[in-house]
Amino acid sequence: MVAPKTLFEKIWDAHVVASEPDCPVVLYIDLHLIHEMTSPQAFSGLRARGLRVRRPDRTVATVDHIIPTLNRAQAEIPPSTAELVRQIEKNCSDFGVALHGVSSESQGIVHVIGPELGLTQPGMTIVCGDSHTSTHGAFGALAFGIGTSEVEHVLATQCLLQRRPKTFEVKVDGSLPRGVTAKDLVLAIIARLGIGGATEHVLEYRGEAVRALSMDERMTVCNMSIEAGARAGMIAPDETTFAWLRGRRFAPKSFDAFRDLKSDDGARFDRTLEIDASRLEPMITYGTNPGMGMPISGVVPAETSKQALDYMGLKAGQRMLGQSIDVVFIGSCTNSRISDLRSAASVLKGRRVKARVLVVPGSLPIKRQAEEEGLDRVFREAGCEWREPGCSMCIALNGDELAEGQYCVSTSNRNFEGRQGKGGRTLLASPLTAAASAIEGRVADARQYL
Amino acid sequence: MDPITTFSGKTVALPIANIDTDQITPALFTKVTVKTGLGRILFAHWRYQGDFVPKPEFPLNRPGAQGATVLVSGDNFGCGSSREHAPWALVDYGFRAIISTSFADIFRGNALKNGLLPIVVDAAAHAEALKIAEQHETVSVDLPNQTLTLPGCGSVKFPIDAFSKKCLVEGIDQLGYIMKHEQAVSAFERATNSEES
Repeated sequence: MVAPKTLFEKIWDAHVVASEPDCPVVLYIDLHLIHEMTSPQAFSGLRARGLRVRRPDRTVATVDHIIPTLNRAQAEIPPSTAELVRQIEKNCSDFGVALHGVSSESQGIVHVIGPELGLTQPGMTIVCGDSHTSTHGAFGALAFGIGTSEVEHVLATQCLLQRRPKTFEVKVDGSLPRGVTAKDLVLAIIARLGIGGATEHVLEYRGEAVRALSMDERMTVCNMSIEAGARAGMIAPDETTFAWLRGRRFAPKSFDAFRDLKSDDGARFDRTLEIDASRLEPMITYGTNPGMGMPISGVVPAETSKQALDYMGLKAGQRMLGQSIDVVFIGSCTNSRISDLRSAASVLKGRRVKARVLVVPGSLPIKRQAEEEGLDRVFREAGCEWREPGCSMCIALNGDELAEGQYCVSTSNRNFEGRQGKGGRTLLASPLTAAASAIEGRVADARQYL
Repeated sequence: MDPITTFSGKTVALPIANIDTDQITPALFTKVTVKTGLGRILFAHWRYQGDFVPKPEFPLNRPGAQGATVLVSGDNFGCGSSREHAPWALVDYGFRAIISTSFADIFRGNALKNGLLPIVVDAAAHAEALKIAEQHETVSVDLPNQTLTLPGCGSVKFPIDAFSKKCLVEGIDQLGYIMKHEQAVSAFERATNSEES
């Protein structure tokens, strides 16, 4: 009898090219996504060694991190970043890699367009020089972020040297209460695990609350796996997955091969965390890493470090509800998909915002879809800025940034010091919470607007 | 990459847990197309006020810390983004090793590929290392024997996987190792019908 395997083990075992004693395995990579920030030095390395890209047909590029989100036709890419754009364009052209670039109709955030194009598929190994590559695990892929040296390795060989991570089951039973979203679920999981709590592990999210999530929601959950230190996060594919992928540009024609792609009954995980979804509340972060999150009705914990409190300008014991804010950011690879925009618009419709609000769709197809549904009008009429797709204020590389001391309720994934601009203070939350907070100009509970 | 075997170095302490790569190399300063010269932007938001004017109170800016090559930091060093700019900047600044109780996965892998040694020690040895680093004393690293010698406290063993150790000690290039498996890669592609169409 074959020993029961986890989903992770099935995909890992199917991709081991070579395994020598005392060495990491040579792992085959099915899909390599690249972007402008972490690839130039890798291509320089290839040129210096006289190597080609081994599988340009398995390599896909976009421009997302530094791209301006103001009216693209008129926006100039500033000289400080123009060289990054020039290099990825030249590198893709020289090495035969498909680029969904600045002027492409499919441009968008790398972790949004991979699934959208149907490039992301169940059972694949997927890497990108970006830690939020864990997003693609939502489709039952093993997907993880890599450094630029490894980008070069994959470009040259389509393989990576990897030590086998441990497995970690996150079992979420019950159902999410009204107004509690996938973002709140993952912030709650990270708050339980802590920012380094899943280091050296691959998370598999399971249980009835996970099965009930849409693909957009599953991507939100898997996206933030890295924020608990996990190597990757994944969810077994099911009919929800297949229905979402069916008909997309590069999607498989048949999904039959993926029907057994799940953890076997009796498969053993190295660790397990159980969460009851029905007990969760909307979450908000109060500190300077994503593990510092709490239920929105709570108070800043007494054990919060002085450094975090000083940076955030908050006091232990204070409530976050009612905290005055300056900016709201709705976007990023965590929460910039059409359902995120619909969710924010449902709260904002017919109301006016009392903060600066940037709404940044994850890709051009999402932007077009939102405009077809009239969501752009809802945002504009509420007083929000409706932008072009990109990473924008999640990483503040393109001019979309906070001023020193500003508070921002953000649907992005990191609240590290300076992440959204030097001295900026980030409060991570769901699109619903972001929209409700925008209306009040202070941290608000969206449930009163539903 | 220069081989690492044994070395001694002056220490500096940054006793903060969960130092993320946005602190090590703030994104704003990583809009570069080369790996070199990033030492200047290391810990930029913490290290400077205004336009690259050093903050005197930041540990790396203290007179005694000049020339330090071993950083003693808090738990979970290098969490956050996958940017390899973090080890590039640490190495360019002059660091050869970082001592902590744990490292984030991606950072650890990136560091090892750049000749920067992540040394994991237990809480007791870490507490000693922090005291030593507050005084900027010199520690010795013996990678072949996997020992860290702290003045006045003797030696402690530290873990490292056999392959990473061999690569560092012999200066082996990991890409070269993968490329030796070219035939196996082609065979894998044929067996899984994943050849280029």
